[in-house]
Amino acid sequence: MNRVVITGIGTWSCLGKTLDEVKNSLFTGKSGIILDQSRKEMGYRSGLTGYVERPQLKGLLDRRQRAGMAEPAEYAYMATIEALKVAGIEQDFIDQNEVGIIYGNDSVAGATIEANDIVRAKKDTTLLGSGPIFQTMNCTATMNLSTIFKLKGINYTLGAACASGSHSIGMGYLMIKWGLQQQVICGGTQETNNYTFGAFDGLSAFSVRENEPAKASRPFDKGRDGLIPSGGAATVILESLESAQKRGANILAEVIGYGFSSNGDHISNSSVDGQTRSLSMAIREANIDAKEVDYINAHATSTPGGDKVEAQALSHIFGEYKTPVSSTKSMTGHECWMAGASEIVYSTLMMQNDFIAPNINFETPDEDSEKLNIIAETKEAKLNTILSNSFGFGGTNSTLIIKKFA
Amino acid sequence: MTEAEIIKTVNSFLVEEFEVDENKIKPGSNLRDTLELDSLDYVDLVVVIESNFGFKVKGEDFTTIHTFQDFYNYCYAKVKEKEIA
Repeated sequence: MNRVVITGIGTWSCLGKTLDEVKNSLFTGKSGIILDQSRKEMGYRSGLTGYVERPQLKGLLDRRQRAGMAEPAEYAYMATIEALKVAGIEQDFIDQNEVGIIYGNDSVAGATIEANDIVRAKKDTTLLGSGPIFQTMNCTATMNLSTIFKLKGINYTLGAACASGSHSIGMGYLMIKWGLQQQVICGGTQETNNYTFGAFDGLSAFSVRENEPAKASRPFDKGRDGLIPSGGAATVILESLESAQKRGANILAEVIGYGFSSNGDHISNSSVDGQTRSLSMAIREANIDAKEVDYINAHATSTPGGDKVEAQALSHIFGEYKTPVSSTKSMTGHECWMAGASEIVYSTLMMQNDFIAPNINFETPDEDSEKLNIIAETKEAKLNTILSNSFGFGGTNSTLIIKKFA
Repeated sequence: MTEAEIIKTVNSFLVEEFEVDENKIKPGSNLRDTLELDSLDYVDLVVVIESNFGFKVKGEDFTTIHTFQDFYNYCYAKVKEKEIA
């Protein structure tokens, strides 16, 4: 079986549009959350959101390449060109190898609604043009990226709610581990337009601390009142160790474990049992002891119920080791389909730069989070092994473990 | 609209929407080759014509349009037809 390494990372997020910007935001504990008045006018209960700039692709891609790209594909493209650059993978290499793509995405609400608005107004589907068919499918990111980069390997989109990005890395890891692929572009993307989150907002799941946007996302804090939706995209280039060494690539980290589970229970409630099984599987599969984990990048989204369950699951496995924990969602908000991938990017940046990003706004623990070693201020630390959790509606759980390459 | 206005409008949307270099647009040049149109691009051409002139092209009409001049003539005739109606 192949060892699987990370040779490239890239992201386009509310924390920055380059890895350097994102690293600085993580280090300084900078929030990417704003209050968007247009959401209030639209009827949202909460107007809080991660602010993600829409990429300008004119000049980077020609008209035909751009025509079928919806917002998730645009974000994914920006994250991927950065990741490929970091990996040192150029088009020549892609042309000569069966490079694959598995990317997490679970909606294209904006493009779908806009296309149907045109049909309703014009009463003629042929006046939609050629773009919407490729924009409104969930696989808009993989469909477009595989065409732009002329990829010849595995090619599909993975939809698993807020664990999509994490599972995409997990599946890419398994593909390479079992020798079916040598290089896979993995990641997750999340649209941020106003059509995307209305139904989620309707569940009263979002924070309404609108007078303090930067303080609204407060995972594990006793005063948390909900998550803040966010988005963008993150790409992780996975490669077999053999391929990376043959290319002379700079190896950023190694993926050593992927655990997963399904709660087999409620559609939106979290489960200690389900999460514990995912965590245990990842640790078992990585062939490490739980105490070897130096840092946990928690899924914790700042919802009262979700954070409580994760704190219990983490406490169950890591409680006695007082493993440092933080949720970068305290700064980014919940990047949903993208989150599992972006949090691997954030974790890799921390590993490379010897620090733990803070769980900002963690001021008062509750009865569950007080049992965890939550890092509220940036901490310098040598991180050898990092575990990252991602959980989604429908009870889908994913846990990844990465290790400094040696 | 005058014929000159039609030509100006057509060239303008071809430059804007199809990102063609204006210097390459010559009345006698082949429309498909110059714009590098594929089957999907024709679908988009229908949309821009409708939004600029208010009429909808039938797919089969494109079979008689080869040069830019053919395209101008076609649009002019359709616009006049619409104005008279």
